[in-house]
Amino acid sequence: MTETPLARIARVEGPGVPVRGNDIDTDRIIPARYLREITFENLGPHAFEDDRAQLRGRHPFDDPRFAGARVLVVNRNFGSGSSREHAPQALLRGGIAAIVGESFAEIFFGNCQAIGLPCLTLPAAQIESLQSLIEEDPAVVIAIDIASGAITAGRAAYQGQMPEPVRRAFTTGAWDALTALQESDDEIHAVYRRLPYVRGWRRP
Amino acid sequence: MGHTLLDKVWDAHAVRELPNGQTQLFIGLHLVHEVTSPQAFQMLAERGLGVRYPDRTFATVDHIIPTDGALRPYVDAMAEQMFAAIEQNAASAGIPLFDRATGRQGIVHVIGPELGLTQPGMTIACGDSHTSTHGAFGAIAFGIGTSQVRDVLATQTMAAAKPRCRRIEVSGALAPGVYAKDVILAIIGRLGVQGGVGFAYEYAGEVFEAMSMDERMTVCNMSIEGGARVGYVNPDATTYAYVEGREYAPAGAEFQAARQWWDSVASDADAAYDDHVQIDGAAVPPMVTWGINPGQVTGVDARIPSPDELEGPDRHSVEEALAHMRLAPGAPIAGTPIDVAFVGSCTNGRMSDLREAARVADGRRVPAHVTALAVPGSQRVKAQAEAEGLDDVFRAAGFQWRDAGCSMCLAMNPDKLVDDQVCASSSNRNFKGRQGSPLGRTLLMSPAMVAAAAVAGEVTDVRALAQVRAP
Repeated sequence: MTETPLARIARVEGPGVPVRGNDIDTDRIIPARYLREITFENLGPHAFEDDRAQLRGRHPFDDPRFAGARVLVVNRNFGSGSSREHAPQALLRGGIAAIVGESFAEIFFGNCQAIGLPCLTLPAAQIESLQSLIEEDPAVVIAIDIASGAITAGRAAYQGQMPEPVRRAFTTGAWDALTALQESDDEIHAVYRRLPYVRGWRRP
Repeated sequence: MGHTLLDKVWDAHAVRELPNGQTQLFIGLHLVHEVTSPQAFQMLAERGLGVRYPDRTFATVDHIIPTDGALRPYVDAMAEQMFAAIEQNAASAGIPLFDRATGRQGIVHVIGPELGLTQPGMTIACGDSHTSTHGAFGAIAFGIGTSQVRDVLATQTMAAAKPRCRRIEVSGALAPGVYAKDVILAIIGRLGVQGGVGFAYEYAGEVFEAMSMDERMTVCNMSIEGGARVGYVNPDATTYAYVEGREYAPAGAEFQAARQWWDSVASDADAAYDDHVQIDGAAVPPMVTWGINPGQVTGVDARIPSPDELEGPDRHSVEEALAHMRLAPGAPIAGTPIDVAFVGSCTNGRMSDLREAARVADGRRVPAHVTALAVPGSQRVKAQAEAEGLDDVFRAAGFQWRDAGCSMCLAMNPDKLVDDQVCASSSNRNFKGRQGSPLGRTLLMSPAMVAAAAVAGEVTDVRALAQVRAP
């Protein structure tokens, strides 16, 4: 099958929003009560809902200066906890097109890859610098080149990191893995028939 | 140089290298529940695809199911809709659904092992981060998101990067009153909630060798809380004794053949690891969390840390945690008053957990201002507990005895904290808002410690309580 050019993600550009804090878990990104919906469609407005309520309008997602943000900038171990894809789906559907952070939890990072939401890492000091820069100038345009990892924010420049297979998934359009997975149906069936717990234990 | 179980199981299930360099990995057992699957089935329908290997796929209902005896249709229209969706999706795909009518319903990570579906050497996936639980059997078990649930339904494979392997050896023997939960909380406390990112954890050494399967499941369950998506214990005689005779397990001569293969996938004595960690099991005390992630944990006889002792991001994390928990820096964690006690969840909702909690609760009484719940992890656990009279012990002590489900672990069902209640909980996450109230406060601990806190009305060292009792 051919990849559609539309599926390739080569560049993300737009204003940013900093959400500060380490270990922000997926229960905080999207509270479990929204997991009772059988679609992802309505999640966008509910991202960080409980944190926002407690901060009474002072959460960056409620700050009009950051309205229309495309790039979320976070700290350490963002997206820890539950495997709920609802968390990156809520961010994506709320307009976020890339996340830059010091580090990400593994399942969250994989879910972001699977839905076409690139996550790049920067050292802690550079995250701090980028967050402060956005807070001082919310209109600054952040541009991310996925292939090279280059991140610019006005005159500031950073070198974002991303594992090579993940980078290639975005730049080739293979982040939606299903098409590639389907291509090897015969090889899949060979593994299926080879595994002793599938084929039966006593067959030679 | 030998190989780890991770190496062997990975190689046995690798279909091919994908063009981007990730592995296409065959999934031997796909477990499905009501919350993370409806969108996946919808995505399949949109692409005109079906379930490729329904014989490797099993479903249950656990997250949204009420535990208070409520009957269908549920009052919560969204829960009812979600329930109807999995019934319809499972029926049209030919996937067995273990609902209450089957008598085999329960938390997915309790019933997989209980039915003998979970076996050594398998790759297992489920749209739930606590799928790591199944690693207790020497399986490589992943939590996955909904798009990956779609991928596994459609192809029985997923794109994955092989993790590195860290061997965590806990030597010696645990002291009385110290449980599997305390061991894993101590590991997370030491290595951090992010320490396992990119790693599979292999749990090895005398402490894990001596553990029952229930206990090993508790440990592997919380691997993800330490950042490790996968955690496992090598299969041994304890594993085989548990598996033998279960509904989906091989029997007779097949079991003997299976046992040989299971032995062969265990880590070799000279296997190479990417990292080693050594912990003295005898030094682990009963643990209690004081913060808003499972790494913010201390011994029950220790004090809550003070932000003043720390610098940088760690200081901010402690400040944020104490602000939410409203606990005093430097104060002892013991004596913290509680409002709710919860025994249950995929971490600690099995028979041995209920027995230990009941042993502490037996002959004691939960004070009137504390709400205490005992929630079995499956219908079979419930039936067994009732056969042993544990339900009477719990009720006599003032606990509510509930039906099987995830219950108050994540509050997708009617079991929720209210306002800023403090809950002594045998579950796995103390995140802000996790138990259903944004202001709710969770203290994670072993089931025995939960029972001790329930009857004392405050965090209490279960070792002291046990000494008070006549043997």
